[in-house]
Amino acid sequence: MNWISNYVRPKINSLFSRREVPENLWTKCPECGTMLFHRELSDNLNVCSNCDHHMAISPRDRFTALFDGGIFTEVKVPEPVVDPLQFRDQKKYPDRLKGAQKATGEKEAMLVAEGEIARTPVVCAGQDFAFMAGSMGMYVGNAIVAAAQRAVELKRPLILFSAAGGARMQEGILSLMQMPRTTVAVQMLKEANLPYIVVLTHPTTGGVTASYAMLGDVHIAEPNALICFAGPRVIEQTIREKLPEGFQRAEYLLDHGMLDRVTHRKEMKDELVTILRMLTNQPPAVKGDLPAPVEEAPAS
Amino acid sequence: MNYLEFEKPLAEIEGKAEELRALARANSEMDVEKEAAALDRKAETMLRDLYKDLSAWRKTQVARHPERPHCKDYIEQLFTEFTPLAGDRNFADDHAVMGGLARFDGRPVVVIGHEKGHDTKSRIDRNFGMARPEGYRKAIRLMDMADRFGLPVITLIDTPGAYPGKGAEERGQSEAIARSTQKCLEIGVPVIATVIGEGGSGGAVAFAAANRVAMLEHSVYSVISPEGCASILWKDAEKMREAAEALRLTAQDLQKLGVIDRIIKEPMGGAQRAPSEAIDAVGKAIETMLKELSGKKPEALIKDRRQKFLDMGTKGLAA
Repeated sequence: MNWISNYVRPKINSLFSRREVPENLWTKCPECGTMLFHRELSDNLNVCSNCDHHMAISPRDRFTALFDGGIFTEVKVPEPVVDPLQFRDQKKYPDRLKGAQKATGEKEAMLVAEGEIARTPVVCAGQDFAFMAGSMGMYVGNAIVAAAQRAVELKRPLILFSAAGGARMQEGILSLMQMPRTTVAVQMLKEANLPYIVVLTHPTTGGVTASYAMLGDVHIAEPNALICFAGPRVIEQTIREKLPEGFQRAEYLLDHGMLDRVTHRKEMKDELVTILRMLTNQPPAVKGDLPAPVEEAPAS
Repeated sequence: MNYLEFEKPLAEIEGKAEELRALARANSEMDVEKEAAALDRKAETMLRDLYKDLSAWRKTQVARHPERPHCKDYIEQLFTEFTPLAGDRNFADDHAVMGGLARFDGRPVVVIGHEKGHDTKSRIDRNFGMARPEGYRKAIRLMDMADRFGLPVITLIDTPGAYPGKGAEERGQSEAIARSTQKCLEIGVPVIATVIGEGGSGGAVAFAAANRVAMLEHSVYSVISPEGCASILWKDAEKMREAAEALRLTAQDLQKLGVIDRIIKEPMGGAQRAPSEAIDAVGKAIETMLKELSGKKPEALIKDRRQKFLDMGTKGLAA
């Protein structure tokens, strides 16, 4: 220990790290270019306070804002076989997985949780676009099946937040088979007479849209979310014409009868609770942010 | 005969044999039969060698072969009293999807399949087998009817994928596919699917969430086309050979992965070389699969079908 290690080195380090700080503290809105302070942005659920553009939000952050007191319990998802095809493109699939895990701090592209929203018990599943474009492979399929089974077990509604580029190509046919698999999960909910609400967020495309994301009792989308089967670029290449403004965006789908509602992220919680409590024949919810439910003492 | 790119050497030999015989027909004094027969034998050996171990990309090419028998050919040869039923009762009739009542082996069934067409005119009319929402909704309607009247559903799958068009998207392509898959899974009658050519992604799944899924020996079934996969993951559509290999889209791979139940052998050189023979083989397989399911109660059919898909990927996969 000497003067150098105690004083000079921390000083130098802090000088260098300080230089990197501003980039992390400010986010530029990709839509209007406004610089948004990180705390303000996260308080606003990653919605631009200037133009209302809805940026991506991780399932974990979304759940923290959604559940009473930010408290939820993760539902365990059975782990599938990793890399069943030994898929390799320019990179090995396991390396891509590891990269995504490192970048997001999550195990896979879907988080399942149970808890209470405005004292309404629910099961929630949230898809993470940051994790390999939220793509649906065996893990995501397992997560949806687990979410449905847990909802049936607890007799609770399921809310699913979708966000995906489609099926995970690196799992080949096994990712495609998640379309019928997740459809079976939706059927379990229907048979148990439990509400299934899909919140479609930007972007929801391909095999995800063509299975569980379009089979909800109620479909709500976030403003301007891209929702489609085939993406706009593919369509433009096929029909060789420019697509109209706003094509395949949430508001366009609402006009074409594919959605029930388009709802701002900040109003989503109230709206979900209002709908769920009517569907499950419960009295209106108490509005506002509620503290976490008090743990009941285990019956002994 | 249309030759695929990898069949070019074969085309040469078969062409030579044909030439010789044509010459002999013009000149009665010439006897070429011996040489022609030798060429035939050479061609046969070459054909066998070529098809012995087709790569995934070559299989994709065979599966797309324009002279391969299509849905319409199967219906004509395997079914009697085929009565096409049209329309989704909402918007239109989609000619990319054929469907209706028919008898299979004397027994009334509902048959549904993608039809690609066989010449320019019919291909355009059939939209190259790429269905729009109306096609899936017609299928849903027919499956509902099959369920109500206790008729088995037989599907024939042959599509590059669902149509990526403006109107198709506006009318809910995703929703139509999702509902069609759901309908397959909820009806209390046997559902038997056979991939006869291309099983292209969601557009194929919509008819293939079945109790039994069979594939012709050289057909393919995949989450994305090799070209599409190559352009996304390799950033180069020309890497389709690598992509086809990586996707494991052949019938043989899919059986190993536990995704399909049976492989139907094709005539030497592919179904396009002896269509009628290939169609008969499919007919026999359908007959067997129907027999396996006969006598099962509706609840059991639904439960087994569901369990089959729930178990998929969790059983029989080598880690």
